[in-house]
Amino acid sequence: MKPVFMTYTKKDLINLAVCMVLSVLVIPTFITTEYWYTSILIPWLCLALATIGQQVVMGYTGQLALGAAGFMAAGAFAMFNLILRVPDLGFVGSLIVSGLIAAAFGILFGLPSLKVRGIYLMVATLASQFFIIWMIDKFGWFKNYDSSGIITAQDIVILGKPFTTPLAMYFVCLAVTTVLTLLAMNMARGSTGRNWMAVRDMDIAAESMGVSLLKTKVQAFAISAFYCGVAGALFAFCYLKSLEPVAFDIKLSFKILFMCILGGLGTINGAFIGAAFILLFPVLLNAVGNNVFHGAIDATIISSIEQVIFGGLMIIFMIYEPLGMAKLWENIKQKMSLKFQSSNVKDLKSSLSKKS
Amino acid sequence: MVDELLFFMEVLVGGLLAGTMYSLVALGFVLIFKASATFNFSQGAMVFFSVLAFCGFMQDFNIPFVLAFILAALLMVVVGLCTERLVLRPLMNASEDTVLMATIGLGYVLEGLAQAAWGVEVRRLDLGIGDFPVPWIADNLKLFISALDIFAGLVAALMIIGLFLLFKYTKIGLGLRAVADDAGAASSIGIPLKHIMLLVWSAAGVVALVAGCMWGARAGVQFALVDLALKALPVLIIGGFSSIPGAIVGGLIIGATEKVLEVYIGPFFGGAIEGWAPYVLAIFFLLYRPEGLFGEKIIRRV
Repeated sequence: MKPVFMTYTKKDLINLAVCMVLSVLVIPTFITTEYWYTSILIPWLCLALATIGQQVVMGYTGQLALGAAGFMAAGAFAMFNLILRVPDLGFVGSLIVSGLIAAAFGILFGLPSLKVRGIYLMVATLASQFFIIWMIDKFGWFKNYDSSGIITAQDIVILGKPFTTPLAMYFVCLAVTTVLTLLAMNMARGSTGRNWMAVRDMDIAAESMGVSLLKTKVQAFAISAFYCGVAGALFAFCYLKSLEPVAFDIKLSFKILFMCILGGLGTINGAFIGAAFILLFPVLLNAVGNNVFHGAIDATIISSIEQVIFGGLMIIFMIYEPLGMAKLWENIKQKMSLKFQSSNVKDLKSSLSKKS
Repeated sequence: MVDELLFFMEVLVGGLLAGTMYSLVALGFVLIFKASATFNFSQGAMVFFSVLAFCGFMQDFNIPFVLAFILAALLMVVVGLCTERLVLRPLMNASEDTVLMATIGLGYVLEGLAQAAWGVEVRRLDLGIGDFPVPWIADNLKLFISALDIFAGLVAALMIIGLFLLFKYTKIGLGLRAVADDAGAASSIGIPLKHIMLLVWSAAGVVALVAGCMWGARAGVQFALVDLALKALPVLIIGGFSSIPGAIVGGLIIGATEKVLEVYIGPFFGGAIEGWAPYVLAIFFLLYRPEGLFGEKIIRRV
């Protein structure tokens, strides 16, 4: 076994420390309104996690998949049933097992990726989206024969302690997201991720180098679905606090696809940037509508405008920066550091030549 | 026994005719794929956009039926023009997947624009053809078949014949096929690439309008049309992305299978299996014949 933290540099550890201080100390001290936790931070973490799942299969392995919400639904309803029927498992145990159940679906619906690619694969993965939602909808057992259609999620109890306040739920999401993000970064940087990227860049070349396409693709789909499943469970239990199949429809899948692409394909931090943008932008737009135009613009028109802007951004990014916002951020950082260097070192040219 | 057979026939014929509605949507995809080898994910949004504009012209501005139709068709030409200039031309040398994602974005833009301009409520569209069984057929053949279905079938047949003739026998059609085969080579022998793209996107827009009218008359003009149009994807997979007859046959297969499965197997699973059955059918086709029934074999160079 290779040591887990082998691929981390000093810079990564500093980044991690900054993120942890920000999310564990700064945010809970300065943000006290419940709204921020229940409507922004918690869904952000959940959707970012699902977007990482989408990244694994689409950004890293290059397989066009469109069914993240289906796997999220599988995870959410698996969680509900596990807590209901196997209470001994506990919250964390149930979370892991529901991720594994979603992963099983991922393997099943990922199998067509061995034969087809591009838009063909997209259609095959759409099957998973519609099938999983239909299955949950039609078989009462999954919903514990609840006729109302919307089930209330059970309270989160970890080691006998209830986690019901928004802040507590935020910490639950934060803990799960942190662990899984670190894991994802490790996988992406290790041999697993290298195999994924080899398959993405040219599958035939990868195969001739001894990378097993079967293993790599199925593994990517399984891991992707695991992430989506866990994210779906958190999404239902911490954010929606209820379970209904409609919440996981094709629109959510598209949303996650947008987060993944706008954030930056093949990056983990892109998942967080993309999710934050897609979540915050409508909030901002509504605020502008209410405060600048004083509600003169109809809410439905605002949501239509939001759609136009998302679509337009997608086109613009595809044309000018197909690698998304993460790459933009990278470019800005690079320019900043260059400026910083040139102001310190008198001769810009010598600093550049040293760099190259 | 005879009753059962009649019932089966009715389900089958109903399914086949409903399938032509899918074919109409699929046709638009095929047109663009044939000419530019790009997959236009926004075709569903184009259906919604065009028919909503058509309804808007008629109901909000009281423009007569024919004039409104022409206006909506012209609007789709403008959409085609903008798409060519703003989306396709900058992405000329981008990979297939990049263009596909850009068309997903385009779909979002069109859906948003349509709703911002014409509102979100469901509109009724009356084509003057009712969605009820034709009495003559019901009396003589004892089959209950909707007039709208028959009309949609006829329109689909006319459009197929028209497009087939266009592609096969006209100079424009030859140009289209040349561009699809090798855009670079086609432009180097003087085929105007821009005009061809504009033409194809406009044609796809008009096809979308016709498809939208049929769907709108049946289910009301509403956002759900976009999701319905997703069903054209399995149709394309079964028929092949680059074949006009394929779009028709694929549509018929999907329509018939989904109805027959729904009626005969659906009750065992609590119904509503039409939501996913076409996609699963498409997966099986993909595993055995990835290029579809009529498509050209996909050869990838290493």
